[in-house]
Amino acid sequence: MLQLSPQDWQALHLSLKVAAWSTAITLPIALLLSMALANRRYVGRNLLNALVHLPLVLPPVVTGYGLLITFGRHGTVGSWLADTFGLVLAFQWTGAVLAASVMSLPLMVRPIVLSLEASDARLHKAAATLGASPLIIFLTVTLPMAAPGLIAAIVLGFAKSLGEFGATVTFVASIPGETRTLPSAIYTQLQIPGAENTVLQLALLSVVLSIVALLLAEWLGARLNRRVHGQ
Amino acid sequence: MTLQVQLRKKLEPFELEVDFECKPGVTALFGRSGCGKTSLIEQIAGLMAPDSGRIQVDDRVLFDSTTATNVAVRKRRIGYVFQDARLFPHLSVANNLRYGEWLTPKTERYVSSANVLELLALGPLLQRRPATLSGGERQRVAIGRALLCSPRILLMDEPLSALDGARKRDIIPYLERLRDEMRIPIVYVSHALEEVARLADTVVLLHDGQQQAVGSPQTVLTRLDLRAHTGRYEASSIVPATVQSHQPEFAVSILQTSAGRLIAAQLDRPVGSNVRLRLRARDISITKQPVQHSSVRNQLRGVIVDIAEEEGAFAEVLLELPDNTRLLVRVARINLKVLQLSIGDSAFASIKTAALDRASVL
Repeated sequence: MLQLSPQDWQALHLSLKVAAWSTAITLPIALLLSMALANRRYVGRNLLNALVHLPLVLPPVVTGYGLLITFGRHGTVGSWLADTFGLVLAFQWTGAVLAASVMSLPLMVRPIVLSLEASDARLHKAAATLGASPLIIFLTVTLPMAAPGLIAAIVLGFAKSLGEFGATVTFVASIPGETRTLPSAIYTQLQIPGAENTVLQLALLSVVLSIVALLLAEWLGARLNRRVHGQ
Repeated sequence: MTLQVQLRKKLEPFELEVDFECKPGVTALFGRSGCGKTSLIEQIAGLMAPDSGRIQVDDRVLFDSTTATNVAVRKRRIGYVFQDARLFPHLSVANNLRYGEWLTPKTERYVSSANVLELLALGPLLQRRPATLSGGERQRVAIGRALLCSPRILLMDEPLSALDGARKRDIIPYLERLRDEMRIPIVYVSHALEEVARLADTVVLLHDGQQQAVGSPQTVLTRLDLRAHTGRYEASSIVPATVQSHQPEFAVSILQTSAGRLIAAQLDRPVGSNVRLRLRARDISITKQPVQHSSVRNQLRGVIVDIAEEEGAFAEVLLELPDNTRLLVRVARINLKVLQLSIGDSAFASIKTAALDRASVL
């Protein structure tokens, strides 16, 4: 059975906290970006699309470095945030949230864009003849019917945030109790001779978490699909 | 309430050009598939903009190209029943019905949900989901949903075309009640002559986007010059009549028309009800004098207003009855010569009782 040390529990707790915050913050941003990207053609759309997807293809260490020079204590945005709001991101758990958000954004945008694009224009017309404004149509038809896509986005985003390593360790390092998430803890333990057992335990924990997340997603998705398509 | 439509719109491969007016009751837009019927009602609803023209309900202008007026779909207050129902799959029947009602300002509501539920027998369906409904049930819900917006006009785009024969017969009585109980103009798109003959008060005949004729179904559907557009419907006429009495000992019903009495095989309609009879041209014969001592006692007097002679053995004669109803009569061409029938003559149409039964009541 799992025999975790207090530090391991701390890493698990931190990972869940970072993933939850990252998902909560990224979801509305991903939804807005998806609305800007779905079913539209305008100058700059492809550029926006490329920017959103950039963290998916860039080496994570590059993304982390980019965050460091932008949001670091001496970075342009970082120093402004620190001077204006007293918010410091570098080497803080909040920085881990930012890194996880940036990395999970493309994974969250994709399923939402797909579900918005699958939204039936014929139903929108029907709603308009019943007196619905574009906003009402979005809230009462488009969004509820895109719910399975939103769930997929939440699960993917949460799982990605839970496992994010490269950009996180580059931007906020691996400070026990502050920024040492589950993947950082595994990596750190791997460097220590004789800690194979701890590594195995943490790795197993990651596998269990991932399986639970996937099963939950599957169950929720099936339920929502039934609701949306009305059986 | 009156809907006035006058518009032009370039469509591929023809131009739509119409000018008509709809009073309360059913106005059928009738024509073959692809003649521009659906595009026309989409323009009335505001889902498509005409190139030029004017659409108005009473004195409220919905579209006017000269003043660049184009009222948004959602503000037109025109109910639209789509061919494919388009119910919201994620909402229950009850919430589908409430959707439009909820968006209608309280001061504009004149339709009560209790009435609509009763009219369309929707009560038992309320908790169901659209995916579990049959085609006919879906259309009834779609009609109810449109009515609950308290529309000033109701547009129906071939609401029966997705249904099989038996389902069509199930839903037509609902449409008749709708026509008789809601006092609003209903624009009914169809390419099925049976439906138009049964439901319409006025027919607008379209062909390749051009308005060919406007008038009562009795006149438009029997006009000989429009036969090419009204299609392969078996030549027949529609005659309105009232059930005067039943004579169960002979199993017949006596019907009153503007041109006289008709004896029909017993009908299952109550005394006093108004019916539309479909009389096939080949079941009617024509004489210049009333016939005596014949077993055919159904004789209607009228005036010959048109004669269509083609190649072949038969010709068609159009006889106008006193209320302007027109009877199409098929005669052997040789008999036109023998009887010397010509336009303007007064003549008598004889119809066998055997040709008047339940099947002839639309």
